[in-house]
Amino acid sequence: MRGGSVGHLCGPADRLRLKADGKDSLTIDSYRLQDEAGIRGWLLFRFAAPQAFYPLAGRMIPWFATLAALLALAGLYISFFVAPTDAQQGEAYRIIFIHVAAAWMSMFLYVVMACWAALGLVLNTRLSGMMASAIAPTGAMFTFIALWSGALWGKPTWGTWWVWDARLTSELILLFLYFGFIALTNAIEDPRRADRAGAVLAIVGVINIPIIYFSVQWWNTLHQGASVSLTRAPSMAMTMLTGMLLMALAAWMYSIAVVLARVRSIILERERDAEWVRGLRGVE
Amino acid sequence: MSWGSLNNFLAMGGYALYVWGSYGVTALCIGIELWSIARRARRAQSRA
Repeated sequence: MRGGSVGHLCGPADRLRLKADGKDSLTIDSYRLQDEAGIRGWLLFRFAAPQAFYPLAGRMIPWFATLAALLALAGLYISFFVAPTDAQQGEAYRIIFIHVAAAWMSMFLYVVMACWAALGLVLNTRLSGMMASAIAPTGAMFTFIALWSGALWGKPTWGTWWVWDARLTSELILLFLYFGFIALTNAIEDPRRADRAGAVLAIVGVINIPIIYFSVQWWNTLHQGASVSLTRAPSMAMTMLTGMLLMALAAWMYSIAVVLARVRSIILERERDAEWVRGLRGVE
Repeated sequence: MSWGSLNNFLAMGGYALYVWGSYGVTALCIGIELWSIARRARRAQSRA
């Protein structure tokens, strides 16, 4: 067995081999040996290998998708049939349930994307860059939804679709950061180089996240302050808060399911010539 | 929260354009994303 000679090396060593010979089945062999030796400490590293993560992601998708659907149904029910009419805004406020969930998700996904990108830059793991690439389109989608629903909420309540204030402008910059990441990584032919270039952009762009979050405190803005705070009592009816949190949770679960599904395709695209992918063809 | 009738529900107290515009476009985005992911998965699997 070719992997025999590296059987005593585990975790990072495998990845060093991986870098040396790219897509050899050698890694699979050494992982198997590692299991036989009963070493469990590198479990995370094991799933950092695309061929190990591919089936794991496939098994997780139905669970997260189901959770997303159930949470969204419960959230929509509360948003439209339980939460009362707002005293000032009437029914227009019901946009909050989609707007806040999307806005939270747009920022959170960017941070997660930048973390994966940074991980890939430091550890040079293949999966990290794939995860960052898989997150970007979903992050961009939620950013667009936050901006769109914000505009449709702004018109009846502020009297305008758009103002160039700090919160709105920084969220628009977030959308451009996502677009920039996608365009940059797509423009570079070699995926590993594309990952590294994208990682630098993603990491530099993280500075925008606290700017979005604190913009309503730092600058005079038309946008209202934080809807939910850990340090003070909720300023809205309990049912409104519940609906908002359910929708946010649904958005989380949806994002996980969608990102896992996308990363599976990216793994196949990038590892097309690997032995384990050719092995898959025989199975499916 | 009781809407009384379907028409009242759809009218959203006069804010139908804004409320349904938000939810509709969100549903559209999700639909497009799911479609594009399914298409990409089909292509990746057939070329694998």
